[in-house]
Amino acid sequence: MLQFQLWKKLLVVTVAVMGIIFALPNLIGGDDGVGAGFLPGKQINLGLDLQGGSHLLLRVDVDAVKQERLENLGETLRRDFRSEKIRFSGLAVANETVSLQIRSPEDAAKTKQILTDLGNEYTISNDGLIYRLAFNDAGLATMQTRTVEQSIEIIRRRLDPEGTKEPVIQRQGLDRILVQLPGVDDPEAVKRLLGRTAKLTFQLVDMRISATEAVQRGRTPPGSVLMQSASDDGRSYVIEKRVMVSGEMLDGATATFDQNNRPAVSFTLNAAGARRFGKVTGENIGRPFAIILDGKVVSAPTIQAQIFGSGQITGDFSVAETNELALVLRAGALPAPLIILEERSIGPGLGADSIAAGEIAAVIGIILVAIYMVASYGFFGGLAVGALTVNIILIVASLSALQATLTLPGIAGIVLTMGMAVDANVLVFERIREELSKGRTAIAAIDSGYQRAISTIIDSNLTTLFAALFLYIFGSGPIKGFAVTLGIGIATSMFTAVMVTRLFIVFWVERKRPTRLVL
Amino acid sequence: MRLKLVPENTSINFLKFHRLAFILSSLLVAGSIGLFAIIGLNLGIDFKGGILIEARHNTGPANISGLRGDLEALGLGDISLQGFGTETDILIRIQRQDGDEKAQIAAIQLVGSTLGSEFDIRRTEFVGPTVGAELAEKGILAVVCALLAIMVYIWFRFEWQFSVAAILALTHDVLTTIGLFALTSFEFNLATVAAILTIAGYSINDTVVVFDRVRENLRRYKSYSLGDILNKSLNETLSRTVMTSVTTLLALVAIVIFGGAVLRDFAIAMIWGVLVGTYSSVFVAVGLLSRFDIKRGDDDDNNDIEKPEYERT
Repeated sequence: MLQFQLWKKLLVVTVAVMGIIFALPNLIGGDDGVGAGFLPGKQINLGLDLQGGSHLLLRVDVDAVKQERLENLGETLRRDFRSEKIRFSGLAVANETVSLQIRSPEDAAKTKQILTDLGNEYTISNDGLIYRLAFNDAGLATMQTRTVEQSIEIIRRRLDPEGTKEPVIQRQGLDRILVQLPGVDDPEAVKRLLGRTAKLTFQLVDMRISATEAVQRGRTPPGSVLMQSASDDGRSYVIEKRVMVSGEMLDGATATFDQNNRPAVSFTLNAAGARRFGKVTGENIGRPFAIILDGKVVSAPTIQAQIFGSGQITGDFSVAETNELALVLRAGALPAPLIILEERSIGPGLGADSIAAGEIAAVIGIILVAIYMVASYGFFGGLAVGALTVNIILIVASLSALQATLTLPGIAGIVLTMGMAVDANVLVFERIREELSKGRTAIAAIDSGYQRAISTIIDSNLTTLFAALFLYIFGSGPIKGFAVTLGIGIATSMFTAVMVTRLFIVFWVERKRPTRLVL
Repeated sequence: MRLKLVPENTSINFLKFHRLAFILSSLLVAGSIGLFAIIGLNLGIDFKGGILIEARHNTGPANISGLRGDLEALGLGDISLQGFGTETDILIRIQRQDGDEKAQIAAIQLVGSTLGSEFDIRRTEFVGPTVGAELAEKGILAVVCALLAIMVYIWFRFEWQFSVAAILALTHDVLTTIGLFALTSFEFNLATVAAILTIAGYSINDTVVVFDRVRENLRRYKSYSLGDILNKSLNETLSRTVMTSVTTLLALVAIVIFGGAVLRDFAIAMIWGVLVGTYSSVFVAVGLLSRFDIKRGDDDDNNDIEKPEYERT
């Protein structure tokens, strides 16, 4: 007799009901993606290619940070050596190493002390009176991790200042960051926001030499550098290296207009910044200072009076630019420049079209398969189509419950699964036909058809599952989505063929008690 | 009345064709390798690096030839422009720009402003050279690992001869699919790699169904010659093979016609894969099996497999 234990029946019914519960929010839920209030599940998580959005793979330019840190280190050493009255020469940063030469061997002990006091992130070596300092592996790794983590934090603040957009911002590998931002209308704006480090400093203009003179001589006085203007006027300035106030001391920044009604950004400083700024401006009334953004001089106003807590940045800005500048200043400076390695941006229109096309293809594919199955196997074919419907519900439910991401190739995976899902049923039905042609009774034929087909079904599906598994491991983005739907589809189609169709048949056999079967 | 594409109780001598099939397959594989070597693949930006922009004209059909002139005047190097799906949609491909990533971003902006407000930019993709190389590496790794895993599984479940035959048939499918892409100049991208792996999965599915039947018949009909058993197994599974191919093809045809331009190449590759995978399961895998000396099961092993479970002792 056909055996189908009670617990199996209960299992099939439970799974089907759960499937309907988890699949339903996609049908009746709102457009907000949350789902219907009284149901537990959520809607399917749509990939960026379906809902529109930007996928960016960024590299953090850690080398730039390394260079900057070493240069700062050089300046620190210059100060320390002066205050310890150690005479030295040839302080330079080259080949990722800070080197200097002390004049007299008597200072060796004091030099060693200063260098070791810098911390354990560096390796120190000396060659006679020449001392060299470089990052060691642990120091580099710490710096890399810290830089990337800081960058992630800043990126989040820039892209999602209100914390409502749910962007994915993840570290990948050593120095990469993956950004996935759903629902972006203007991907170029996103790139502009990430394209600048937004390092803001206020530094005094060096009056000892004019910029033209410095350009002619090809060098600047020690402690000063030559900087270009941010606008296209081709001007340059000689700027003191010492930083009066930097962006970290900002308390806030907003887009505004100056007294001439030109777009500007006003800022306020925190307490420490206000004290520093007040002190330096008080000592330097009448001298110009430069507002420097990412290494370019935005403007260089003359200090009219002592300035404390707030001020304005004016320059050659449009309103959109001041808005963006205020946003990135509020979010803080990136510790290092970001380099875009990969970008995939999909507009919302294309995403909606893709969903529509995928849905049509799915519906028509299913109808074609259903017609063909019924034409080939009659009533049993109809049962298989019923199982296929359960299968689709289960795929949708699994995707919703796992919150797996459905991508456009993923939709293709589902449609493809429709075609392949009936394979397990076909295997069983063909077996039953064979058994029938050997003259078995209906029930015996059905039973041995299932018995025989099951190992084939498992073998053939497991091998396909391997392909899906490796797609998942090595694939990225949409392809991963395809692997997920393919894998889920294989699992649910095995379940529906082996359990659901069988349950249908058992019900039918128990009610009709057929002695002859035509298949 | 039932629709039956395959009549019942066929007794086709498939192995009669296997010499012919070997010649055909060898030619196909050699041709594919040749095409790959001579023409090469039309690599998409996923692997080559570069920029892809899809745009839609706001009001009517896009003036492709006029636009082509404008874009070529930008001096961005190799630039290709084609219609995409409908007459309002265009697809622009730009070669990787010299210089660093900033140069690529600048090129995207340049194209955007050239298209102007008449066009709505629907998709922008940019893949830098480092990422492209990594994606290619991962794609190759995925295909190789999947083939190895399948080989090990078949070896574990069957005999090694089955495993070797299956993997040669699969390699045949993969190589001829690559050949198809070289021949047609269809863009070879990440979705293609997914298609190839799915083809491998589909083809092995077909092969395993036949192999399962071969294994069963080997145990049941001890007096039959290997050739007779292979033929019998193929005939017995033929109806299923055709049935499943047709249902899968129906689903794929629906994608080709209704699934939109992005999925079309993927589905076309899959259709080829279903055809070549079915062919290779029947003729290549089983044909190879006929050349091997396969160990037959012991006499006392599973003697009553013919009876259904409830009749067994």
